[in-house]
Amino acid sequence: MPTKLIIRNGRVMDPAGGLDAVRDVAIEDGRIAAIGQTLDAAGATELDASGLIVAPGFIDMHVHLREPGFEHAETIESGSRAAAAGGFTSICCMPNTKPVNDNATVTSYIIERAERHAIVNVFPIGAITKGSAGEELAAIGLMKEAGIVAISDDGRPVMNARVMRRAMETARSFGLPVIDHCEDLHLSAGGDMNEGIQSVRLGLRGIPAASEDVMVARDILLAELTGARFHVAHISSRHAVEMLAFAKARGLPVTSEATPHHFALQDRDMPPYDSNYKMKPPLRSECDVAAITQGIVSGAIDAIATDHAPHPGSEKMQEFEQCPFGILGLETAIGITLERLVHSGKITLMRMIELFTTGPDRVLDLKRGRLAIGAPADVTLFDTERSWTYDVNRSFSKSRNSPFDGYAFRGGPVATIVGGKLAWSADHVALGVPAASR
Amino acid sequence: MPGGLLGIEALDRVEIEGILDRAKRFQPRQTDSKKSDQLRGRMIVNLFFEASTRTRTSFEIAAKRLGADAISITASASSVSKGESLVDTLNTLGAMHPDAIVMRHSASGAPHFLARYLPTPIINAGDGTHEHPTQALLDARTILDRRPTLEGLRVAIIGDIAHSRVARSNMYLLSKFGAQIVLCGPASLLPPELAQLAPGISLTHKMEDAIRDADVIMMLRVQLERQHEAAFSANEYFQFYGLRLEHMSLAKPDAIVMHPGPINRGREISSEVADSQRSVILNQVENGIAVRMAVLERILGN
Repeated sequence: MPTKLIIRNGRVMDPAGGLDAVRDVAIEDGRIAAIGQTLDAAGATELDASGLIVAPGFIDMHVHLREPGFEHAETIESGSRAAAAGGFTSICCMPNTKPVNDNATVTSYIIERAERHAIVNVFPIGAITKGSAGEELAAIGLMKEAGIVAISDDGRPVMNARVMRRAMETARSFGLPVIDHCEDLHLSAGGDMNEGIQSVRLGLRGIPAASEDVMVARDILLAELTGARFHVAHISSRHAVEMLAFAKARGLPVTSEATPHHFALQDRDMPPYDSNYKMKPPLRSECDVAAITQGIVSGAIDAIATDHAPHPGSEKMQEFEQCPFGILGLETAIGITLERLVHSGKITLMRMIELFTTGPDRVLDLKRGRLAIGAPADVTLFDTERSWTYDVNRSFSKSRNSPFDGYAFRGGPVATIVGGKLAWSADHVALGVPAASR
Repeated sequence: MPGGLLGIEALDRVEIEGILDRAKRFQPRQTDSKKSDQLRGRMIVNLFFEASTRTRTSFEIAAKRLGADAISITASASSVSKGESLVDTLNTLGAMHPDAIVMRHSASGAPHFLARYLPTPIINAGDGTHEHPTQALLDARTILDRRPTLEGLRVAIIGDIAHSRVARSNMYLLSKFGAQIVLCGPASLLPPELAQLAPGISLTHKMEDAIRDADVIMMLRVQLERQHEAAFSANEYFQFYGLRLEHMSLAKPDAIVMHPGPINRGREISSEVADSQRSVILNQVENGIAVRMAVLERILGN
């Protein structure tokens, strides 16, 4: 029996199709069947979306699912549940698992596990080098055949420019983008937070913004040399944004993403030595935060990605300098973006949706992120007004490392539909069969 | 200060003056080993995760002079070496209900992190490269034994400022009382942001500029263990940042020389200066007991 779902009366916003109107969206057999006014409901389950935004399924192009190898921190299943609860229908997982996703066997394992256990779409990102050790190239072509959508040595960036050049050449030949976590590891060595007055005050070793900038500069030049598509992960510094704008003005195929925490928080917001504020790149200064926001407004930044990085309490409950880098992000991204960018009038709601849909899709070419007839029925429903409070202890993630615990938001995810199926909905949402067709 | 003493930055002048005044009254007892019973029945755990001779001994003596029981634990001999986490170590000690924990740790913020989870008052005896509050208090006591006020004094702090918890605590304290603080050191050990930490701070790379007209010269130990790469050889460091007799003519005629110890003779200070009449290094050590008695009394006294 065909499954049919109608999303009624929502404000349907689709950046790719330029649609912004109150419409019904009909879904059949996992695909978008129709978008129109007062669609026929015979035999369909209905979801009342009055007062809600109905958008193409959100894509988070930068998450860490920790499986295989670190299942105590997160699994593909738990991470996918957190994604659904955050309004994401597709997530791209970084290769820093154990073993590293540097060959087709690991890629296939992740894809198979995801097919069986994930409630959202999972797209693996392969390593650039074997073991992400920065020396020999990984099996990039074979991983592409197995299903990776990009390559990255996230967290352990390739320091050798010659290796990076070869990686870009290879990626280009296989039609893959190269995502770089831009950090000169020599400049940042030993650092625990942004270098500035706060690091000096707290007696913590600093990570200078220049450690990001020099790698962004290097990679832009290498992208020009090789013709590769180059994407800057979690851009955080003022100069990096300026260089992105420069590269784009030169017509280079260069893109970037920003995380919600990098436009919502600055280094001085950290309560003293709270490791839930420790991540890479670190929370930067006020002028960097302003530049990230401006980059999102201007288009120098193409996507919002969370860099969801679960770590168990046993690792985060230590001396600050011992704690690993990274924070949760999936469940708070929409709330933070609404508050900091939309409600504050910096960007329109349509631009926000673009940053979560067509923005990442243009980088990765997932053929997702639009509400076209016949497209996979990935739909994100959110509201812009309802107030709610994030309780990290109720998170679907296996970890609890969020600086936004207890944070009161205005607007957030309401329901997440993946391939036509309701993957998650907020407590107050109910699916119903309308009286007329009972 | 019912919650302990984590740093000088958060204290106000009244609190600091209270401790310094009280410490002055304890000074005669620095040389008198008689115990009082002010803190009788109180237990203080000295938990040192980093080597320390003077601070640990000084806290121990201070506790005993006040009649408290003091237990000292060094990390290498404890369960830390068996892989126990800091939180678990402190929870374990906390379950034995000490009245205060005096803590030295190589990680900045380690006592602040623990203070969030433990009800026991924590006294910071030095955390990484952050603060060393009782050192600044005993330094202030030492200066005030020779000057009527800190206000308007010109204090040069010379050496590895970037990695110095002593410098940070002293900057906060001296600044709160209106002293002029000149920080001096090699460029890589003197981040420019230091000037914004508190009012009245200026920076220089020239030792002569720092010492000129100084009332107080504070020398810091070169902390090779905290530097990724040493900017200077020992010889070169001593040439540019080592305090020698010839420098003393630039300072005020009655200027004093301080050092938190342990001193490296011939590295940051010449033997002649360290042993000169201007040096108050041993007075600092003496005042450590009085100041720590005042701090313990303040935190544990009724």
